[in-house]
Amino acid sequence: MWTLIQIELFKIFRRPRTYIAFAAITGLIGIIQFGLKLDGAAYIDFMMRDINSSITVEGKILNGYQVCYISLQVLLVHVPLLIALVAADMISGEANMGTLRIMLTKPISRTRFLLAKFLAATAYTFLLLVWLAILALLLNMLIFGTDDLFLLKSDYVVLLKKDDIFWRYIWAFAFAMLAMTTVASLGFLFSLFAENSIGPIVATMSVIIFFTILSTLNIPVFNKLKPFLFTTHMIGWKEFFDIKVNDANEAIVGSIQNPQKIITSALVLMAHIVGFVTAAVVIFKRKDVLS
Amino acid sequence: MEPIVKVTGLTKSFKHITAVQDLSFSVNEGDVYGFLGQNGAGKSTTIRMLATLIRPTQGSIEIFGRPLLTNRNEILRQVGAVIEKPDVYKYLSAYENLELFARLSGVKVSREKLMQQLDKVGLSHRAKDTVKTFSQGMKQRLGIAIALVHDPKLIILDEPTNGLDPQGIADIRNLVLHLSRDLKKTVIVSSHLLNEIEQVASRVLIIDKGRKIIEGNAADLFDPAQTIVELQTFDNVYAIQQLQLSAWSKHLQPQRDTAILIRLDRQQIPQLHRDLVDMDIQLLSLQPRHSLEDYFLQVTSGNQHVDTYSN
Repeated sequence: MWTLIQIELFKIFRRPRTYIAFAAITGLIGIIQFGLKLDGAAYIDFMMRDINSSITVEGKILNGYQVCYISLQVLLVHVPLLIALVAADMISGEANMGTLRIMLTKPISRTRFLLAKFLAATAYTFLLLVWLAILALLLNMLIFGTDDLFLLKSDYVVLLKKDDIFWRYIWAFAFAMLAMTTVASLGFLFSLFAENSIGPIVATMSVIIFFTILSTLNIPVFNKLKPFLFTTHMIGWKEFFDIKVNDANEAIVGSIQNPQKIITSALVLMAHIVGFVTAAVVIFKRKDVLS
Repeated sequence: MEPIVKVTGLTKSFKHITAVQDLSFSVNEGDVYGFLGQNGAGKSTTIRMLATLIRPTQGSIEIFGRPLLTNRNEILRQVGAVIEKPDVYKYLSAYENLELFARLSGVKVSREKLMQQLDKVGLSHRAKDTVKTFSQGMKQRLGIAIALVHDPKLIILDEPTNGLDPQGIADIRNLVLHLSRDLKKTVIVSSHLLNEIEQVASRVLIIDKGRKIIEGNAADLFDPAQTIVELQTFDNVYAIQQLQLSAWSKHLQPQRDTAILIRLDRQQIPQLHRDLVDMDIQLLSLQPRHSLEDYFLQVTSGNQHVDTYSN
């Protein structure tokens, strides 16, 4: 199995298209960093315009943690497309090149072949998120420094102490990994049904857009569906930045407001991953390779 | 001798199309087994079933004396295949492709041996070049090197001369002969080119519309003295019964539509005619075919023309 995964990773990282995602993330983070470095004060003024009269914040609001949060809010909506670029190409790309035929005449079971491909796609997702973490968190900490994190929620504000933030980002990235692996597994499943990459990539993104719209529409008939849509749970990483308060309305350092919500979201995402990959294995084992 | 490949009652249906129907044949060790039929006859579907790319709807395949579907990995370790086009990873070099597929075949091959393998197919000087710069012939040769890299006992080549120039076709023909004569490999090679099969095959199977038309030793089938006679009778059931009870039973070929086919020496035709009269078979027509090529063209004449390429 390890040999198969090594071969798949070798193939992934020898293809130029693999680096599009790394380049895109580098470019997007770079633009956010450039913009905020240049005109960050105006951005913060705009962000605080409604509460400036009622709250006085001391310290440096525009710090590395703040920029990282802004970056993740923007990027984690678009990263699924970059994940789909590779994951949805894993089988369809081989079918398109004709290499699926030659691969499947080798003495490897189809299940192992498919799982190795999925694990390689997961490894790619992991590396992409590590790259995102390096640029969005570590580089921003270097460029903008560190301070307390000030977050505006819909009807309250959260202030996280400087020393109580880094671990939250580590968990947030771990959760994002789970969310992006769900996207990868969906793209992977779709890649079984086509002989070019475009169809599965578009199908994956269409499902995400469709489900996201359903998740955000506040219409009673859709509300019953929301807990079952993986897109509802993909933004669960934000829960790590919500903190508990005591009776005196003081923040409890090291706490999370609703850990159960995170666990539920993680379980739903994991169930989707297992479901998508199992469906892919079952279908692929019976599939006639006609490409 | 136990056959290396034994196919029994193989059928493959796709929704409303039956691509292969009740096909049976066997391949012996050391054979160059020519698999002949026009485009769409069911050759590639059969070969894909032999390579486990397609699951049969019915029937069984045994390779090396074991059922293919339940011993897939063990069997495929000893099989090398080029199915249709020799598609490999275009963004990798010839050497990288060969090394990658050697690892997938479960063997560790030294760099020296890989280079030797590339040298055998005339690609060692292009080992480091990416495959996207290769001609069709070079890709075909690389595909064959990949099929041979793990030293398989059985080699399956599906339309290996497709898209090649005359020199490329001659190279593939010589390679098939080398594999059989010098390396004692068993080779199954499919083609729609009668001429190509005639030059390399020791045994031949002709299929049309997914059904077996004829199978036999190439020397006999391509013998110009041999011919096929088509009989039309008033009562084919009675005629077949009588023929099966007679000395002509071993000459009977699988029936095609309403015709009874008998394979015989041309000089035996008058005797056949006399025997049919003696057996009280009411004959409508008795039509000899002039040669296997003529017969092949006649039985496979459909919408597509069969190419009888010769260079």
